[in-house]
Amino acid sequence: MEALFFYLFGGLALISSFFVIFLRKPVHNAVALIFTFFCLAGLYLILGAEFVAMIQVLVYAGAIMVLFLFVIMLLNLEEEEAIEGRGNKFRRWLGGFAAVVVFLLLAPVWLMQALPVVKGTFPPEKVQELGNTVWIARLLFTDYLLPFEVASVLLLAAIVGAVFFAMKRM
Amino acid sequence: MVGLSHYLVLSAALFTLGVIGVFVRRNAIVIFMCIELMLNAVNLAFIAFSRYLQALDGQVFVFFVMTVAAAEVAVGLAIIVVVFRSRQTVRIDEINLLKG
Repeated sequence: MEALFFYLFGGLALISSFFVIFLRKPVHNAVALIFTFFCLAGLYLILGAEFVAMIQVLVYAGAIMVLFLFVIMLLNLEEEEAIEGRGNKFRRWLGGFAAVVVFLLLAPVWLMQALPVVKGTFPPEKVQELGNTVWIARLLFTDYLLPFEVASVLLLAAIVGAVFFAMKRM
Repeated sequence: MVGLSHYLVLSAALFTLGVIGVFVRRNAIVIFMCIELMLNAVNLAFIAFSRYLQALDGQVFVFFVMTVAAAEVAVGLAIIVVVFRSRQTVRIDEINLLKG
């Protein structure tokens, strides 16, 4: 059952991320990327990360991609894309080469069947007892309190930066 | 049986697709989307490790990655809008004012 859903969501994620790269219009890219995010949320559910799956749908597919679509429609990039067809040959080859190198660097994880690991302190039964969200909240407000506060400062800085750019008349 | 390595290979494939996109596409917004794709590939690896090492720290890290991604997108898209206002294009070949 897990395997079925893994191959379903994983395959769909791969196909739709191909569309993200190779479709011509930015709006189509954005919709394909939203679909990829939904597939990844499904994979997170299989992996027992309910909280992260929900955040994935709400923040990524909801907030971030709406921002992308908003900017694409604001800038009205339709005729920009027509020129993109005649791409630089050298750059295409460079892209393909870099892709092969990156995949060859990352893929040897295939060979690591048994990692020499120490199991952590959160077996699935313990997580199920209170629920995934409760445990993450406890970790966030105890062990990870300082990064959590730093993240809030980062968001504030992002708000100020975005408003500054939006106000600037050029 | 789906093991850790399956998820890691899927994550590697998604990351590679993101890299290809950054090289092949010339539209700044689409390049931004490819960066989001790479961030998500890393998130998938985090969650898979979190499951198979039975530790929740990976999921907390994904939470922070999403926070940073949201901040990055807000500021980055604002920059793109400003650049479009001044240059009337988002093709990164033509945004070369800082080139020496």
